[in-house]
Amino acid sequence: MSVIGSPVSRVDGPAKVNGEAHYAGEFAPKDLLYAATADSTCPAGTIVTLDTRDAARAPGVLLVLTHLNADRLPYQEPAERVAVDPVAGAQLRVLDGPAILFSGQPIALVVARTQAQAEYGASLVPAPYDADPPAKLRFDPALAQPTSEAAAKKKRGPETRKGDAEGAFARAPVTLDERYRLSREQHHPMEPHATVAEWTGDRLTLWSKTQWVGNERDEIARRFGLPPANVRVINPYVGGAFGSSLRTWPHVTLAAMAARRARRPVRLELTRRQLFTFVGHRGQSEQHVRLGADPNGRLLATICEATGQTSTYEEFAEPLLGPAGATYACDDRLTRYKLVPMNVNTPCPMRGPGWATGLVAQEMAMDELAERLGMDPIELRLRNYAERDPMKDLPWSSKALRECYAQGAERFGWSKRPLKPRARRDGRDLVGLGMATAIYDSGRYPTSASVALLPDGTALVRCATADMGPGTYTSMTQVAADALGLPLARVRFELGDSTFPPAKEHGGSTTMASVGPAIQEACGAVKAKLAGVADGAPITDFAAVLRRAGLDRIEAEASAKPDDAMKTHSINGFGAVFAEVRVDVDLCTIRATRIVGAYDAGRIVNPKLAHSQCIGGMVQGIGMALFEDVEWDEHLGRVSNGTIAEYIVPVNADIHDLDAIFVDTREPLLNPLGVKGVAELGLCGVAPAIANAVWHATGKRVRNLPITPDRLLTA
Amino acid sequence: MTRDGGEAADPDWSRREIMITAAAAGGSVMSMGTTAAAAAKIAGPAGDRTIDLVLTINWTEHRLTGIEAHTTLLDALRDHLHLTGTKKGCGLGQCGACTVHVDGRRVNSCLTLAVMQQGKAITTIEGLAVQEALHPLQAAFVEHDGFQCGYCTPGQIMSGVACIAEGHAGSDDEIREWMSGNLCRCGAYSNIVASIRQAAAGKA
Ligand code: FES
Ligand code: FES
Repeated sequence: MSVIGSPVSRVDGPAKVNGEAHYAGEFAPKDLLYAATADSTCPAGTIVTLDTRDAARAPGVLLVLTHLNADRLPYQEPAERVAVDPVAGAQLRVLDGPAILFSGQPIALVVARTQAQAEYGASLVPAPYDADPPAKLRFDPALAQPTSEAAAKKKRGPETRKGDAEGAFARAPVTLDERYRLSREQHHPMEPHATVAEWTGDRLTLWSKTQWVGNERDEIARRFGLPPANVRVINPYVGGAFGSSLRTWPHVTLAAMAARRARRPVRLELTRRQLFTFVGHRGQSEQHVRLGADPNGRLLATICEATGQTSTYEEFAEPLLGPAGATYACDDRLTRYKLVPMNVNTPCPMRGPGWATGLVAQEMAMDELAERLGMDPIELRLRNYAERDPMKDLPWSSKALRECYAQGAERFGWSKRPLKPRARRDGRDLVGLGMATAIYDSGRYPTSASVALLPDGTALVRCATADMGPGTYTSMTQVAADALGLPLARVRFELGDSTFPPAKEHGGSTTMASVGPAIQEACGAVKAKLAGVADGAPITDFAAVLRRAGLDRIEAEASAKPDDAMKTHSINGFGAVFAEVRVDVDLCTIRATRIVGAYDAGRIVNPKLAHSQCIGGMVQGIGMALFEDVEWDEHLGRVSNGTIAEYIVPVNADIHDLDAIFVDTREPLLNPLGVKGVAELGLCGVAPAIANAVWHATGKRVRNLPITPDRLLTA
Repeated sequence: MTRDGGEAADPDWSRREIMITAAAAGGSVMSMGTTAAAAAKIAGPAGDRTIDLVLTINWTEHRLTGIEAHTTLLDALRDHLHLTGTKKGCGLGQCGACTVHVDGRRVNSCLTLAVMQQGKAITTIEGLAVQEALHPLQAAFVEHDGFQCGYCTPGQIMSGVACIAEGHAGSDDEIREWMSGNLCRCGAYSNIVASIRQAAAGKA
């Protein structure tokens, strides 16, 4: 059996279980100081005065920076906006002036000898505000504006049309017209974002939590007006991120500003509370869905009008309408996308950005349509199966969604599901089953990698990618071992250093499809070099070859980039998600007792790790469906449940039987490995499958996620 | 890297406010140079609130000199002793990432002060495996893929070892309940339960 496709345990597992894996905030250069920030408590306006005298006198405090004494940084413009940044607007410039754009914006930075001293010092900075202009605090779709030209270029609204959707909807014999809301969610990786900054002359080293060391280097270089070569970003382990470490956030700038002024290394680690306001979120959304169908369930009209939120200073638009466009065949379709600019910190991608959110509305709406038609929900989906991508009007590169429906249904026991809701009761519990389709747009980026064959008989493979949990260390070791014909134990893969060969963001499920081929190329190149000196010796004997040739290593670097496949074809991962819920008949407490996902993600490099990723997505989907809800006080303009006990995330007792299966496929076009990516797909479809199961259990539709007991009680 | 020794860039700040010394056994990182009394005296405006203390961590005595009295056990471990295997997830007792053992009982190290734990046996993830390279529960976590990013993992494992010792690992439901103080945002819960189930069975 090839090592690709084999369920090997994580190569970094031992370091993670014995405490040896070092995350960004754990690097402690000599003479390290600690920083904390004081953050605005008003959502919009101007700082009138800023009295830092008490903070400066507090125990252990060495430095207090505000807009009155901080360096003005050049913030050079990039030649081109990277995909991880919002589509338009100007990023927040920290300590650059008295203007307040959202509650939680850093207004002062305190550097002290210990973390506690820095936090205490920061608590002593009072700031009276002039609350003018009035803050924009209501998420009201009536206040929304169509997305901009810049968003349109990325196919994120403001409108797409095919045929005459409104006319077809008006004529359709069976219709559905509903609004679906999803609360704002926070990523809340268990590792809080942290940056340790150290200057040596005009060279800066950052140990910083990031999904993209290369961009963090470039971004910080531009903010400080440095050549990128003067900045090095190191981050070997990322303690989860889910999109929240794609961009370079203001705290990274603050850490570097502080270290430069203090002339000592500084650590700035965000508090759990600050993770609500420093690093983005999945903004709240409302989707107005109208579907029209004939009595046989054929879709005649698909209309989705989505409203998202963004900040007042940047436009964050995401592919929210992807599912409405691409999932089902329908000739008459219309999508619209608007945003409400608010005095909030800018949203950012969160696992399955856009697609997971879009699927919530679409898949709940399809379930309701199936109910109106008296049809099995899978049957309705099969009757509208898209044989090519209706949005891009391109053929799929590969699509095994039928197999996902069939194999998932079989594993789950879907055929025994009664069509009618509220049909099964077990003790105090109403039991219901629901399903949803999953789809996520696959991608691939140009990437480089290097391989060095070393005298100890091991190969060292490097790439400036990251591993926030999916298992990049392991899967890339597998790819390299396979390409070199070496056992796993003789291959070491290193990542997370901006001096390594470049990669793009570790996000959007693109890592396997992007980094894997670069490693294959680099391995091929190093084998060719070895052949030149090997005299026919097998590659496994390269240590002996090096010795004979008097070399201390043979090294090669190579790049791989996508061809035209993403232009000529629509390339997507697919899945079918099935959920069982139990609802207490009186209390309306909901438990997701069983979830099965069947996925077409192309070839699976490591089934053990891919399974973990998918069931991890199910846990987050349970959070999305039942718990996660940033409570927004629209009078104060603040998050009112700003800790990880009040913002409820799933705990172990919430999790029951989860299973993921992979249909046997191989993506023919995207990359030579045959992969399509797993991560985002694992979240897509989970929340609507649960919501549909709640309806099936109770006969009640709650179109406001999360479905909390109070919402279900009053539905 | 440790921050012992060396001069700071700015002469004003060249005083070392915290002395890290490891007394006796174990060959921990030692850093001498200033006496404890001197360190306490130079601790600046907070001098009147600093203390010296000795913590027994993983069978090794660690002397902390001139630290603030309100230093949490978590900050003492991570920031002062550079034992970063114990993680900080919230600092508020809400996530369990900072779980260690004090006299064999699991404790959120962010919710207790270092000064309160003198004379007690503190065990962290770095001291869990006694003879073998990995404790059986650590090995089970690797085998069952009981984590993804690994950040909650030391806390999960410390909690899991205690969960088994407490007799709270009798069934999957019981494990889930008694492991619910340890959040895992990557969602490795099912595999965590499988790891604990296996380690508990090995013990029985
Ligand atoms: S850091 Fe102690 S419970 Fe979260
Ligand atoms: S493994 Fe990432 S938080 Fe648990």
